[in-house]
Amino acid sequence: MGFDQYHEPPEELPQQTRTFARLCASLTEEAEAIGWYEQRLAVEQDPDAVAVMSDAVGEEYKHFSMDLEFLLRRTPKWRAIAKGVLFQEGDIVEHGEAAEAAADDGPDGDAPGAGERAEGIASGNGSLGIGSLRGEGL
Amino acid sequence: MSHLLRGHAPITDEGWRLIDQEARERLLPGLAARRLVDFSGPKGWEHSATNLGRVENTNVSELKGIEANRRVVQPLLELRSRFTVSRAELRDGDRGAEDVDFTALDAAAQRIVEAENTAVFHSWPKAGVQGIAAASPHKPIVRKKSFEDYPGCVARAVELLLRNGVAGPYGIALGREDYTSVVETTEHGGYPLLDHLRQIVKGPLVWAPGVKGAVVISMRGGDFAFESGQDLSVGYDSHDAEVVSLYIEESYSFRVLTPEAAVAIVAPKGR
Repeated sequence: MGFDQYHEPPEELPQQTRTFARLCASLTEEAEAIGWYEQRLAVEQDPDAVAVMSDAVGEEYKHFSMDLEFLLRRTPKWRAIAKGVLFQEGDIVEHGEAAEAAADDGPDGDAPGAGERAEGIASGNGSLGIGSLRGEGL
Repeated sequence: MSHLLRGHAPITDEGWRLIDQEARERLLPGLAARRLVDFSGPKGWEHSATNLGRVENTNVSELKGIEANRRVVQPLLELRSRFTVSRAELRDGDRGAEDVDFTALDAAAQRIVEAENTAVFHSWPKAGVQGIAAASPHKPIVRKKSFEDYPGCVARAVELLLRNGVAGPYGIALGREDYTSVVETTEHGGYPLLDHLRQIVKGPLVWAPGVKGAVVISMRGGDFAFESGQDLSVGYDSHDAEVVSLYIEESYSFRVLTPEAAVAIVAPKGR
């Protein structure tokens, strides 16, 4: 067990980038688990085992979705593109291209943890990225 | 392109960076409500109403054997605060000027901050928003002119909340005058009033321009709901040869779910 989610020396990475990398790793693991369960369920003959694994894969769906939502909240441009792609009817590729083009209308800043996002400014949709400030004060 | 039409503005990426940065810096200090109440969203510009989970009590059906009830929702409020930026100043910013004149932006930011605070902590009847102090069933606590009894006022407010089963931690939204006095005042023995208040409420003390007096509220959660549609954003309106017309915009709804979870502190009359 190491720290494989880091491509750069961890000590050189800011805290928010390390957190982002951990959640990316978690997202990958959940996606892998979903793929494994899909394969197991495709070949399993025992209905009780199918029931157990069907329940388990539901957990993985939840975990994947939570990881994804976390990452999207921290990455405004990714979020802006995802909004144009996810839960849309029609051609996925067309939606993707359109969403990317729309996000590119704003100033750049697509790397998580980079420049503007580090200052909390959402770049893809014009939002200033302020949101909740709960608990902050004197 | 979003409805903010930023891509149509004659503003470079660097110009937008400067504008967004300035707007954020000017907005952040005064956004008191977001420091004290539950915040959800942003749900996007298309989000128009907050679900209240209720229906009107009138059956609107005109058909035999059919009942029809209209849902009750709370529409979101759109706030827009307009300002202009000199195109010459923006060109200076592109050259690296560090003192671009954003005076009008700063004023627009302050206006929208005060509007948000006023709606949340007091009321905005025409907008259909009932604020925290207006909804509270508790009689406001009247402080002395000198602020010397301020810890006592806050302690009484906290005790009133506890007596009503409203647990802490608590926070205080301090209007301009109250904030200044709290920060600069020391009690007998030189103990800062600010520190004393912190010990009483166990939560944040917040500068809240637009608030009259102060409001002590519970921060246990579930009592006050701010639902953001479009979070604070800068959009483009128009331009001519001299200036670019922009605006700061947001949409939101605010609901008081537990009116008894807040107590107002007000100045004595005749001031």
